[in-house]
Amino acid sequence: MAQIASITLLQNDDARPIIDAIMADNPGVRVMHFNGAVKLDCDNTLTINRASVEERLGRSWEPQEIQLVLVSMAGNLDEDDDHFTLSWRH
Amino acid sequence: MIDALKSLFGARPAPAEAVQGEKEAPKMTAKKLGLRQRYEHMTRGLDWETTYQKMDDVFPYDSFEGIKIKDWSAWEDPFRLTMDTYWKFQAEKERKLYAVIDSFAQNNGQTNLSDARYANVLKLFLTGVSPLEYQAHRGFAFAGRHLRGAGPRVASQMQSLDELRHLQTQVHTISHYNKFFDGIGEFPHMHDRVWYLSVPKSFFDDARSAGPFEYMIAIGFAFEYLLTNLLFVPFMSGAAYNGDMSTVTFGFSAQSDESRHMTLGIEVIKFLLEQHPDNLPIVQKWVDKWFWRGFRVLGLVAMMMDYMLPKKVMSWKEAWDIYFVEAGGSLFEDLARYGLKIPKYADVATEAAEHISHQNWAIFYQYTHAAAFHTWAPDKEHLDWLSAKYPNTFDKYYRPRWELWAEQEKEGKRFYNNALPQLCQTCQIPMGYTEPGDASTICFRETQFKGDTYHFCSDGCKDIFDGEPEKYVQAWLPVQQIFQGNCGGPTVPDVLAWYNMNVGADNMDYVGSPDEKIWKEWHPDADAARKAV
Repeated sequence: MAQIASITLLQNDDARPIIDAIMADNPGVRVMHFNGAVKLDCDNTLTINRASVEERLGRSWEPQEIQLVLVSMAGNLDEDDDHFTLSWRH
Repeated sequence: MIDALKSLFGARPAPAEAVQGEKEAPKMTAKKLGLRQRYEHMTRGLDWETTYQKMDDVFPYDSFEGIKIKDWSAWEDPFRLTMDTYWKFQAEKERKLYAVIDSFAQNNGQTNLSDARYANVLKLFLTGVSPLEYQAHRGFAFAGRHLRGAGPRVASQMQSLDELRHLQTQVHTISHYNKFFDGIGEFPHMHDRVWYLSVPKSFFDDARSAGPFEYMIAIGFAFEYLLTNLLFVPFMSGAAYNGDMSTVTFGFSAQSDESRHMTLGIEVIKFLLEQHPDNLPIVQKWVDKWFWRGFRVLGLVAMMMDYMLPKKVMSWKEAWDIYFVEAGGSLFEDLARYGLKIPKYADVATEAAEHISHQNWAIFYQYTHAAAFHTWAPDKEHLDWLSAKYPNTFDKYYRPRWELWAEQEKEGKRFYNNALPQLCQTCQIPMGYTEPGDASTICFRETQFKGDTYHFCSDGCKDIFDGEPEKYVQAWLPVQQIFQGNCGGPTVPDVLAWYNMNVGADNMDYVGSPDEKIWKEWHPDADAARKAV
């Protein structure tokens, strides 16, 4: 069984460009809507690319800003200047 | 704003030691430091080897548990969050939250709840969970002081501050409800005294009286990583769905911190397991223990989701499958490479997920006279929902009981249990749980220790006691304390007075309560409208 890398974000205007970037950059992503939040699940790896978010947001964006809309996550985190990745790879 | 802050940081004068040439001065021509470099600078070199006192005297608690650490610098916080960035983000979260709280109060948000029954969820949360945030604040302050690596100390400091913020925001948010509903105002007093609140309280007392490494596994890993999603995500979605805008906001504001805490929890466990093979059996024992302790405490959340939310989000069983079976499964598959196994009795907990909410709510229904929130028997629509969500168990074991109790209520013979229950020595919950695989037999276990007999609700709780009997014989068990004369007197009214319970307002069924009365004043047409539908 695939291990699930997952992130849950607020459902608001600040999070929407990030959610859109995840959906564009992670083929096969599964989306679950809760009240007020969205859970996105991928097999093994889920990546948020800074460039993809900036393109949608129309301004510069740092992966650390995700702290403002983050609800929960699963997977080992690798965060750097240009990406925020959750995965079960080593 | 972030760029402004970064340029501010970049423009800082070089540290004194660099100027003195002891180390190579950082190249100040670089435009910005990267995330990794910034984290390095802000978390390393903050500690030093003490010379006036021995390091072991300065850090007296990080060796007795038997954990072996070879290299503290191998610790890495994957978020790479630094203190300056931390303050900036937290301030932003607070501004957003308090704007919502103001707006909620100004618009009389309490009148827009799905139903006043919902307010009982907040009462249980404030009396049972919010004081744990304060305990966590103190616990992480202690761990941060007593772990000698700089990385975990910085992370513990942030988490300690987060936890204090969570308590404050919860108190501020729920204080608005205190203007209208009962059972809220005495929450700190009640947390220390009321029988069922000893369940969450003793959970944290247990963790905080352990060593710093066990505390980090107990709260950082088992609670924050394995179980916190089961507490907050369904809880906050429930609040959103039931019109409680202010609680949703504090919940999600806290939850963004929780993600960081979860990351700390998983980092702790990987760090300990990578440092020395001798750590594995110690860590495994803690994981087993704290999984089971947490599972028992979360039974309160199970009951909240299945019985207390007027508009349901998902069943406890569904939440358990998503957040423990699926998410926990992925995690333990990952941790298997260190030799760590899925917690002992995880299978028992998964089987119990089809029973626990029904058994807990039945306990509160029977003891409604001694609870600081209102109870009610589920109506037909609610029973049908439970039957659909629990096809294997509800109709067979629990529906007939609710129907009988409803019948008794109709005849004016509402059932109250006037005997004080036997409690489990470990989790402190009344012994109302059933045998794994046999929901018609109550589960009893016992142990002899120094000539006394101790009682347990499960193999999980018995194992925990047997691992540290000297600790658990000291448990402050509410029923025993009442019988010993330490709780205000021998009768129920004596004890309720000692709880500061406003009898007739805080306790008993929702129907007939002042909460119901005020709700009907706000919504005079509600009954008529429901009938019309």
